[in-house]
Amino acid sequence: MNNISETQRIYLSHARRKKVLIHLLRIGLLVAILVFWEVSARLGWIDDFIFSSPSLIGACALDMIRDGLLQMHLMATLKVTILSFLLVTLLSIVSALLLWMSRTISSILEPYLVVLNSLPKSALAPLLIVWLGNNQATIVVAGVSVAIFGSIMTLYTNFCEIDPEKVKLIYTLGGTRLSVLTKLLLPGSVPIIISNMKVNIGLCLIGIVIGEMISSKAGLGYLIIYGTQVLSRV
Amino acid sequence: MEPVLSLKNISYAYHTAQAETPVLSDISLDVFQGEFISIVGPSGCGKSTLLSIINGLLKPDEGTLLLGENTGGDSPVKVGYMLQRDQLFEWRTIWQNAILGLEITHQLNEKNMKKTMERLKFYDLYDFKDSYPSQLSGGMRQRVALVRTLALEPQLLLLDEPFSALDYQTRLMVSDDICMLIKKEKRTALLVTHDLSEAISTADRILVLSKRPAGIKADIPIQFETADLSPLERRNSPLFSAYFNKIWKELIGHEQHQ
Repeated sequence: MNNISETQRIYLSHARRKKVLIHLLRIGLLVAILVFWEVSARLGWIDDFIFSSPSLIGACALDMIRDGLLQMHLMATLKVTILSFLLVTLLSIVSALLLWMSRTISSILEPYLVVLNSLPKSALAPLLIVWLGNNQATIVVAGVSVAIFGSIMTLYTNFCEIDPEKVKLIYTLGGTRLSVLTKLLLPGSVPIIISNMKVNIGLCLIGIVIGEMISSKAGLGYLIIYGTQVLSRV
Repeated sequence: MEPVLSLKNISYAYHTAQAETPVLSDISLDVFQGEFISIVGPSGCGKSTLLSIINGLLKPDEGTLLLGENTGGDSPVKVGYMLQRDQLFEWRTIWQNAILGLEITHQLNEKNMKKTMERLKFYDLYDFKDSYPSQLSGGMRQRVALVRTLALEPQLLLLDEPFSALDYQTRLMVSDDICMLIKKEKRTALLVTHDLSEAISTADRILVLSKRPAGIKADIPIQFETADLSPLERRNSPLFSAYFNKIWKELIGHEQHQ
């Protein structure tokens, strides 16, 4: 790497400097927001009983960590979130494949999917307690219900957009429908499956928190409701 | 000598909710071992449909299709199909793309892999065997597509405008390359094209199709001074423009009758 030209060296050092600058500004922005918040609270511009302040939150978090409370609630939420995320990923891939395999089934079910996807799932949460009881299953189902329908529709749409010429190629090479699935559809859909998973993990967390708000003894949703109801910092 | 492929009175129509569109009408054709046949015709006349029927992707509405042993020949004939675009899979390396057909048909044994590897070397693709398709030029990609087709050792090659996606210069070189190779390996080939020069420079026989529903309008044998001229050499021959005019008239003449 000794034979780098002068112009290339200047270009590289510019690029490096820009990267460092972006990182610094990114962190700087967060620090500035926190400082502004803290100062506003201390100087009485905002009421820290309502808006709190970074130092109050920090102190409260430290207390909770010392008691092991925060870890316990975080773990509770994390566990159900991961469980519902895995369920959504698996169920939506399988369902989208079934829809792709049968045009008849997908034509029949399409309007149902659209309607189910646009249902406000948080409104369903109280019903879920009645149906499934006040337990973990309700929370997991709440998480799954928020993400699953959109996920199925995204995957199915992408499966259908597969290039028909590539499908033809598989058949000209002596392949069957199964080869289309294993050699083309699944490997070709890895990027969309992964980006879909990124969306799902966030949606699952939303569903889980909603679930925990109405039916739980632990977790972030429980903590939020508890905090609101006793108007305290726990 | 028995034909490798024999079509008898093939007809085919596409069906949609609006209408029935007849595409092919009463096509009969015998193809013999080692022949290189080009099929030309007005665009949309059903040239690709004909190849799909020969490959068994579509069933003809009427008529019979005989391949290899059924025509009286001694062995079943394997058909290879080369599509308009290379259709290489971006997530597979060049090597993995080349063996796709072997993988699908469960013929991935040492002998076939060795042969495919030798072909990659022969086509100057060996150094790129672990690269991905996006790193290759259009001409190289098309050669990989050819290796992928040849890996299944087809005796009859169906070429559906395989050079049309390439720029002109690459197109001349790749078609020169590929046609010489097909002839050297004594394979039988059916090339669909809308480029008359390409048809004349490559084929032993040219079939001119009529407008839809397509029938065979003319069957013109092509003979140059010597049999072993390359496509590029043929383009320089004085006979070339004579053939060009003849086939051009066949194509245009039909449209004037309409």
